[in-house]
Amino acid sequence: MSDLLELEVKGLDFYYQNTIQALKNINLPIFQNKVTALIGPSGCGKTTLLRCFNRMHDLYPKNVYKGEIFFRGKNILSKDIDMIELRSRIGMVFQKPTPFPMSIFDNVAYGLKLRGIKDRDEMYQFVKTALIEAALWDEVEDKLNASAYDLSGGQQQRLVIARALAVDPEVLLFDEPTSALDPISTAKIEELAVTLKENITIIIVTHNMQQAARISDWTGFMMLGDLIEFDTTEKMFTNPEKKLTQDYITGRFG
Amino acid sequence: MSVKDHEIKALKDSVLEMATLVESFIKDAVHSLLNNDIELARKVIRSDHLVNSYDIRIDEDCIKLIALKQPIGKDLRFITTAMKMATDLERIADNAVNIAERDIDIADKHQIDPIVSVDLLQMSEIVQSMLRDAIASFVNEDKLLAMDVITRDEAVDKLDDKVIDELMREMSKSSDNIYSGARISYVSKYLERIGDHATNLAEMVIYMVEGRIIRHIALDKIKSIKETGADFKKL
Repeated sequence: MSDLLELEVKGLDFYYQNTIQALKNINLPIFQNKVTALIGPSGCGKTTLLRCFNRMHDLYPKNVYKGEIFFRGKNILSKDIDMIELRSRIGMVFQKPTPFPMSIFDNVAYGLKLRGIKDRDEMYQFVKTALIEAALWDEVEDKLNASAYDLSGGQQQRLVIARALAVDPEVLLFDEPTSALDPISTAKIEELAVTLKENITIIIVTHNMQQAARISDWTGFMMLGDLIEFDTTEKMFTNPEKKLTQDYITGRFG
Repeated sequence: MSVKDHEIKALKDSVLEMATLVESFIKDAVHSLLNNDIELARKVIRSDHLVNSYDIRIDEDCIKLIALKQPIGKDLRFITTAMKMATDLERIADNAVNIAERDIDIADKHQIDPIVSVDLLQMSEIVQSMLRDAIASFVNEDKLLAMDVITRDEAVDKLDDKVIDELMREMSKSSDNIYSGARISYVSKYLERIGDHATNLAEMVIYMVEGRIIRHIALDKIKSIKETGADFKKL
């Protein structure tokens, strides 16, 4: 466990609408420049946990967090957190690609404009870098002004990743990023996740256990709001400690 | 994202290193017997743990790749082959260690009949070449070379029979010859088993390349495929 901590979840409870408890006393380290996968059956709380990392639950006022999530030493659940800043440092990629109804270029430039970058040349460089990092540049460099909707699903997902990367995040949250994609596009996103971790930390929620095995360094297995087991992916997929984990990864339930 | 080329190469390298070490065991064990070099025999026995660690490491690497990368098709055949090869290589090393132990048993207590010496040396050279070529066929995915290895085992079996006959003849002449004769016959048997394990290695390579399990197929059929270039899949 010599890896550096990026995020640390301490005693986290989460309630939807202040009534339904979806997370129970979660304690979890997230290591820098690693891919951490959260797996578990539907309703186990993995997506709920993922959305805590950039306070997505705040969009609904009655949701309640208890406990702490430290991000580089600061508790991001405290009231004085600047959400815009938090969500640019901890970006998110959803299950289905969510391009904006604008050009490929403008999709990636969107976050940069919010950050006040106005110079066209500077903007172009940022956009180009983000598209290269998202392994999409070669496919779109000659049609940057085309609509993002002209791209295939897999390309749209990489565009969304480029948009997230453009604002230079430290962490990217992936919420089942390949569940709507074909196997080739899935492979590209998986390769991309492994490449991106050189510069950023990735947390991925996936229903596809094999995907977790292939791309993650650490894996957490959740059930009914509890974190059952957390360990290196190699250990979790070859010799987990808990019987529940064993049963889940071998397909005996769920 | 499946198994990467560098992961396949790393596994190949481990098998190759293990096989090189095992081949040196056979050579040294037989050299020790024929030259009364006890120190060399002891070195083989002392080094056995190195082969055992390769066996464990290759197994662990293969299990990890299967669990984390879900290999399919040829990658899956390659990984399962590497895993089984490590087991056979470890057994070959055990046989070489057994030879070294017999060397120590009979050191200074015997003169090996020159004909037996020549036959044992020849057996040793054949099984070493079988091992070397089985591994080369694995690394280069060369099924013709693998088939050639399989056909060489007959010569080892014949030499084993010949050595046993010669030793029995010696032992029947005088009971003084029984102590060393019985032990040298073990050596011949260990070499013969090494030949069998090398044959297993070559059979696994054919499985890896062709996807066809050819264990228990009569040798004359394999010879005919080798000569005519027929298709394994039609067997």
